[in-house]
Amino acid sequence: MAEAGREAAAQAAQRPLLSNHLTVAERVAARSYLQQSWLRFKRNRLAIAAGVLVVIIFCFGFGAPLISKYVTHVGYADQTLLDRFKHPGQAGYLLGTDNLGRDVLTRLAYGTRVSTMVALLAVVSALTIGGTLGSLAGYYGRWVDSVIMRFVDIMLSIPALFLLIFIGALFTISSTTLALVIAAVSWMGLSRLIRGEIMSLKRRDYVEAARVVGASDTRIIARHIVPNVLPIVIVWATLAVPVFIIVEASLSFLGLGVQPPVPSLGNMLNGAIAFMDQSWTLIFIPGFMIYVMVLAINLFGNGLRDALDPRLGEHQ
Amino acid sequence: MGRYVLRRLIQVIPLIIGITIITFGLANLVPGSPISSLEFNPDITPADLARIKQSLGLDQPLYIRYFQWLSHVARGDLGLSLVTYRPVMQSILEKLPNTLLLTGTALAFAILISIPVGIYAAVRRNSWFDQVATVGAVAGFAVPTFWLGLMAILLFSVRFSEWGLPSLPSGGTYTLGSSSIVDRIQHLIMPAIVLGFVYMASWTRYIRSQMIEVLRQDYMRTAEAKGLIRRAVIFRHGLRNAVLPLVTLLALDLPGLFGGSVIVEQIFSWNGLGRFILDGVQKRDYTVVMGTTLFISILVVVANLLADIAYGLLDPRIQYE
Repeated sequence: MAEAGREAAAQAAQRPLLSNHLTVAERVAARSYLQQSWLRFKRNRLAIAAGVLVVIIFCFGFGAPLISKYVTHVGYADQTLLDRFKHPGQAGYLLGTDNLGRDVLTRLAYGTRVSTMVALLAVVSALTIGGTLGSLAGYYGRWVDSVIMRFVDIMLSIPALFLLIFIGALFTISSTTLALVIAAVSWMGLSRLIRGEIMSLKRRDYVEAARVVGASDTRIIARHIVPNVLPIVIVWATLAVPVFIIVEASLSFLGLGVQPPVPSLGNMLNGAIAFMDQSWTLIFIPGFMIYVMVLAINLFGNGLRDALDPRLGEHQ
Repeated sequence: MGRYVLRRLIQVIPLIIGITIITFGLANLVPGSPISSLEFNPDITPADLARIKQSLGLDQPLYIRYFQWLSHVARGDLGLSLVTYRPVMQSILEKLPNTLLLTGTALAFAILISIPVGIYAAVRRNSWFDQVATVGAVAGFAVPTFWLGLMAILLFSVRFSEWGLPSLPSGGTYTLGSSSIVDRIQHLIMPAIVLGFVYMASWTRYIRSQMIEVLRQDYMRTAEAKGLIRRAVIFRHGLRNAVLPLVTLLALDLPGLFGGSVIVEQIFSWNGLGRFILDGVQKRDYTVVMGTTLFISILVVVANLLADIAYGLLDPRIQYE
């Protein structure tokens, strides 16, 4: 009898508790929120695998010059029309060549690098714009909040791609300004998130208590508001990167983003349409790269969100 | 109900005005003006230049030009195309049905697949169907639309005809000289599925999680305790509550849907508003670009309004907020 009870207790100790998704042993070991989050994340093997894949892809992209030098042994000057449309594996070209004889693998690496840098820069810019406006709206409330949220509603009503095309028609865009423009049409979601969270945080008991005790505004912001808003911001930023990658690729695909000959995953696709019958790998490879990047970052971001706040992901 | 509709209508007006301000402001940020090419012409005296400027109304301050432009827009006059000199509004109205057809079919496809799959996956949670559906939804959500469109053309148009199988046309709204419904459906099916694909995946996940939430509710347990058979419980009480938030999600995704239609229309040579604005961009036809952006934004606002009203009708609790 006692053994059955002990066994049941031992089994129960292995199962995660409903409220914070940690086992009893983990709960005892972890003290801080960060430790708990890390333990939750460690158990999500899919997210870890996705994270590793993301790191590999980032290294692939940022190591493009190294790949050009040591892996493929071709650079920009080595393109030759004699080697057009080679299939993957032919004549020493690992992923084949395109219509101008350029090695696809090297272009893929540089394209990944360009797309990733634009996306990351856009995320940072959007964080700045959306974070500032959202915080102002959330913290000061009333008419500041009304004005900013009206502005957010207006920007949300104009389809982002149309606005980007509009801007692309009026001004010529370089890679950096492309990132800024993408951020300029994508900050709204973040500002709403931050505003909502700060508004609900302001009303919490511990914030009221801190104010009653006489804590300064700076102290309240630093000790109570920022640590609670940070996980939401991190998750948003992680999940925004694949969105921006696709936006940049779409714009380059339409001819409004990164201009050839600078490779971007989007304009590689654009250039390959005309040669669809001669080489289908030219279309498949850049698109597949985008797909894998977006999928991996999404899975990693989902895992991050589940780890940082299991309540958010409870419905899954 | 009437008060709710009125409140929503009143909220819409500053929104539209804000959109017009942004559109007009952006268009006027462009360096140079319609007469900047004349300024370099040595034969034109400054007096002539001033006279031309005045006749075009360009010497007026910006806010007066804004109100003049706004009065035209309010009457439905979006100006003339700088390339074809046709009224922009007329071209828009010609191409609008095609875009609505494409977007509507994509929406219908996404809804018709996501609701049954999401609900069945939620009801049979952790079954193989659920696992497949969840993996499929996550995998499908990340697919870039333009890549999917190109691969679809590659497979269903190019390869199928090479292999001797019946193939789908790779572009256009209809085949010249043919007015059959079958032909139009053949042209519609690929672009619509490609456009709706991402939304199908994302809404499947959403409906599944909503349904799981609904199934946990007490009123479901009450209904079952009353003796209703399982299917009646799910359909009479669960379905409505699970699917209703989809209306809001749909309204939020609508701008993205129109944006996606730009890409799909470009790939499939679909004669709609998306391709119209892209052509305008390439030809630097600013009136077309500005007019189409404005038109689509107002369309989105109106669609959101209708969605809000529909939601208010379907969920009476909202009206009293």
